[in-house]
Amino acid sequence: MSRDLSRQLVLLLPLAILVGAFFLLPIGRLILVGAGGDAGAAAYAAVLTTPRYFESFLNTILLSAGVTVVTLAISTAAGLFLQRNVFPGRDLLIALMTFPLAFPGVVVGFMVIMLAGRQGVIGSVTDALFDEKLVFAYSMAGLFMGYVYFSIPRVILTVMAAIEKLDPALEEAARSLGAGPWTVLRDVVLPGLKPAFLASGAVCFATAMGAFGTAFTLATDIDVLPMTIYTEFVLYANFATAAALSIVLGAITWLVLALSRSLAGTTVAAAG
Amino acid sequence: MTFAETPRTPVQLRACAKTFADGTRALEPLDLEIAGGETLVFLGPSGCGKTTTLRLVAGLEAPDPGGRVLFDGQDVTPLPIEKREVGMVFQSYALFPNMDVAGNVGYGLRVRRVAEAERAHRVAEVLEMMAIGDLAHRRVDQLSGGQRQRVALARALAVRPRVLLLDEPLTALDAALRERLRVEIDALLRRLGITAIYVTHDQSEAMALGDRIVVMRQGQVAQVGPPREIYFRPANRFVAEFIGTMNLLRGSRRGGRLQLAGGELALTAPGAPGEDLPDAVETEYLFRPEAVEVISPEDASLSGRVASALFLGDRTRLVIEGVTDRPVIAEAAGRREFADGDRVGLALDPRDLLRLPG
Ligand SMILES: Nc1ncnc2c1ncn2[C@@H]1O[C@H](COP(=O)(O)OP(=O)(O)OP(=O)(O)O)[C@@H](O)[C@H]1O
Ligand SMILES: [Mg+2]
Repeated sequence: MSRDLSRQLVLLLPLAILVGAFFLLPIGRLILVGAGGDAGAAAYAAVLTTPRYFESFLNTILLSAGVTVVTLAISTAAGLFLQRNVFPGRDLLIALMTFPLAFPGVVVGFMVIMLAGRQGVIGSVTDALFDEKLVFAYSMAGLFMGYVYFSIPRVILTVMAAIEKLDPALEEAARSLGAGPWTVLRDVVLPGLKPAFLASGAVCFATAMGAFGTAFTLATDIDVLPMTIYTEFVLYANFATAAALSIVLGAITWLVLALSRSLAGTTVAAAG
Repeated sequence: MTFAETPRTPVQLRACAKTFADGTRALEPLDLEIAGGETLVFLGPSGCGKTTTLRLVAGLEAPDPGGRVLFDGQDVTPLPIEKREVGMVFQSYALFPNMDVAGNVGYGLRVRRVAEAERAHRVAEVLEMMAIGDLAHRRVDQLSGGQRQRVALARALAVRPRVLLLDEPLTALDAALRERLRVEIDALLRRLGITAIYVTHDQSEAMALGDRIVVMRQGQVAQVGPPREIYFRPANRFVAEFIGTMNLLRGSRRGGRLQLAGGELALTAPGAPGEDLPDAVETEYLFRPEAVEVISPEDASLSGRVASALFLGDRTRLVIEGVTDRPVIAEAAGRREFADGDRVGLALDPRDLLRLPG
């Protein structure tokens, strides 16, 4: 009994250290810093009532949600194609899709500039063709493209694994009942992939919410929240606001993750 | 029941062969006529091409060039499965987990854009027919195996398919349930009179359900015929030994009698006109366990020794050695008890003896 207890304690220790060192202490400290400025606890309210901050929040959430949806759509289409067709070079292509996994956001930002920046490929091509340089690296479109590029490798493998696990008999059953390819996709394939969408979508959303490197490199005029936090912290030394923004960013992201997990839970139960 | 208008679609396969992309020859060219309303069973060992043939009829696989599938005289070869109006039942049930029972059963009607009210009516009707009306709003994962299979059948039948295709629908169920559902499916197919193709590797299922059985072996048809013909007049050794139990007698033939290690056996019944077979040093005959009568060794020209006796209640199954080079399986009716080592005599009506090509 007591040996059992001591074993439990030994197993508990790393968890306790983890929770303390990585969660309770820093986040507790952050919460206190957020409330410790001139405005006190009202700093948290200001985060949402000050137009500049609120806009930054809205931008970040919309951007992240959009990136998540587009990434899932691209990954699903590409994943279905890769998983259902055999052709030479298929394995290489799959490997390539995941190649950018190791790239930090800075590199991704750099690549967006090379593609859509002032000296970028798209710019020179459109310049040659239409006498007008198309440059969008530093706009929302550039940021969006970078985020999607950054997210696809993180999502596509999960989605492909889920596609592989779909029971082919389900699609055949639907077809035997008269469903054409698009109907089968809508009624059987996509519902079957829902758990994978929720899981990888949540990770994609959270990553996009906190992404910094790409935005920093592109130095856009769009303020995503991590950039706002950086600005408050480094340029204005406005520690309390930076801390309050961080806490709210963390809370919203965490909420979305929790929501998707509970949704995933109900679909898993429904699928038996 | 308003299923009176069930179509009785004749199905024809013309020179249907199947070679898969990797070169596997799953089916040799097959010609087959299935009458409207007939239940045809494909029977054979694993990998012999039963599922492949069924998928050719369904439209899930295309036959090799030259092969054709006809429904009611109409060439459906170029039609994909969704245009063929077939009902399919899978071994794994393949129920849609994101829909409840009624949703599953009504799916084919929904895809066909049947109006809501009409759909509800027809779903209720089919559920009633399958005796699962009370399960309409259950989630699929809350059903037992037998209930799932009933839902799968109901779903396939709800669209009133031209042909019903079943691929080992009972294999995933336990023996008792399998037996019960087999009886139910049999009654259902008779009542509906729908053309049905049923794939199984279970011979008792095939015997009980099939109007005709196609016994397959390595992508080829070994025999086609009604169950009794398959059982009593197998066309070759493969069919004879695959269906039921077969005994093999190996010996020499002299003057119309078969000489065996355990004695001899007349090859023509007294008074009956027998074929005049030439003498042979080595020849083989087959017979079923139930054809042999176990009698006392004094009265028999052929005898052996009991190697094991298995009491089955209504009869005793005996393994008898010393008759020929292989043990012989016989069935003795009644209360007589046997001990290992007992000498027993065997009486066999020559008409029950089969001589078959390998
Ligand atoms: N998609 C495929 N690609 C290549 N070979 C295949 C494919 N499907 C089936 N085969 C092969 O074709 C042969 C016949 O397969 P089929 O599934 O028709 O057998 P079956 O009689 O249904 O067997 P079982 O009783 O095990 O279901 C087998 O040798 C199998 O390995
Ligand atoms: Mg099979």
